[in-house]
Amino acid sequence: MNEIPGDLKFMKSHEWARVEDNGNVTVGISDHAQGLLGDLVYVELPSVGDEVKAGNACAVVESVKAASDVYAPVSGEVVAVNSALGDKPETINEDAYGEGWIFVVKPSNLAEESEELLDPDAYAESIEDEEH
Amino acid sequence: MTQKTILNETHRALGAKMVDFGGWDMPLNYGSQIEEHHAVRRDAGMFDVSHMTVVDLHGARTREFLRHLFANSVDKLKTRGKALYSCMLNEQGGVIDDLIVYFLTEDFFRVVVNAATHDKDLAWIEKQAKAFDVKVAERADLAMIAVQGPNARAKVQSLLSPATREAAAKVGKFAAIEGDNLFIARTGYTGEDGYEIIVPEGDAVSLWNKLKDAGVAPAGLGARDTLRLEAGMNLYGQDMDEAITPWEAGLAWTVSLEPGRDFIGRAVLEKQKADGVPRALVGLVMDEKGVLRHGQRVATAQGDGEILSGTFSPTLGKAIAFARVPAGATTGVEVDIRGKLVPVRLVKYPFVRDGKACEGI
Repeated sequence: MNEIPGDLKFMKSHEWARVEDNGNVTVGISDHAQGLLGDLVYVELPSVGDEVKAGNACAVVESVKAASDVYAPVSGEVVAVNSALGDKPETINEDAYGEGWIFVVKPSNLAEESEELLDPDAYAESIEDEEH
Repeated sequence: MTQKTILNETHRALGAKMVDFGGWDMPLNYGSQIEEHHAVRRDAGMFDVSHMTVVDLHGARTREFLRHLFANSVDKLKTRGKALYSCMLNEQGGVIDDLIVYFLTEDFFRVVVNAATHDKDLAWIEKQAKAFDVKVAERADLAMIAVQGPNARAKVQSLLSPATREAAAKVGKFAAIEGDNLFIARTGYTGEDGYEIIVPEGDAVSLWNKLKDAGVAPAGLGARDTLRLEAGMNLYGQDMDEAITPWEAGLAWTVSLEPGRDFIGRAVLEKQKADGVPRALVGLVMDEKGVLRHGQRVATAQGDGEILSGTFSPTLGKAIAFARVPAGATTGVEVDIRGKLVPVRLVKYPFVRDGKACEGI
């Protein structure tokens, strides 16, 4: 498994969140999650301008095997989506933490909600618990 | 208890992601199921199908027994090695399993049935065989490797002795030959040419490794499922089961209603055919992005149906499916995907044959 970048926070449901310099939050799914799903063939993106709520489903990733909801790690307004995934959903398989980002949120309650997210070590532990 | 084929360690050593399939620990993929799919369509791939059940039937009345047991007619089998695809029905005309039967001699036929239906199939066959004095012998000592793709036959032949190679090169589609202690059938579940090779367990790992060295790509159950659906082939338990007749499963072509043969389920099939079959199995293609999946609701002017097998077709780059819908549905068909109705086209399948999209797909 690829090393998990240290600046990411995670949900147990395998989404990652990165707070950018401008305070916006980029969201994707973890390398572990893409491995579980297998070859991705479709991504249903939210729309720019959508209001999302932490813990609610706001995107869908589909592999040949299964469809999986992507939950918002934080609340706020969607300010960008990775429309390149429309033609190349496999980018998530190839680079889950980089080019495979899914959407960006302008957070409305970041300080409180980020407390709920896991740091990389805690996420790695939660994956191990899941597997045993 | 999970069962393992003789190739289990080999799969694990190749880094396979393993899953439970009908009680068997089987490879889902060895990395990318889409790459494995393309390997079979473009070159050659191999599947461990040793979980499937080989049953040998012996006895003077074996042909008579099989005329009674199967909805297709074994009277079509006249030369040694010839194969036939058939359903085995219950008294209500429902499908107990689908299978391939090989004719070897008048007192020896070989049947290959599904893994997930092993127990009920054997119980049914043994129960029915008593009246015909046919001996039912499961061959758990045999493994099976399916080698499929445009270059599959050449790659297998390169590993055979001259005499067996010649026989294997000559054998026609849907027939088998024997040689080099192998049973080599020109059959498959992918829509490509190739062989299904039945091999003694003790020789299976060595055969697998030789095939790999000859350039045959290991492929898992994930690719097997996308390949067979593209090829328009039914999967037992998903596309038909004991509550479904062959008429409703797109398997009318496998039912032989020649006069004078009283097979199990025949009376119900004849009645349903005369009364009109209420539902039909159809092929669907979705031109919009997304994936069709088992269980999704299919809306038609004639009423609702549902997706049986659905997937993303790696060859076509779009979603395809089998659905069971009310008879007569043709146009204006939509599928409910997470609450949104998405238009789909109802098409004649197979979707893909010999590496290419079929006409109208």
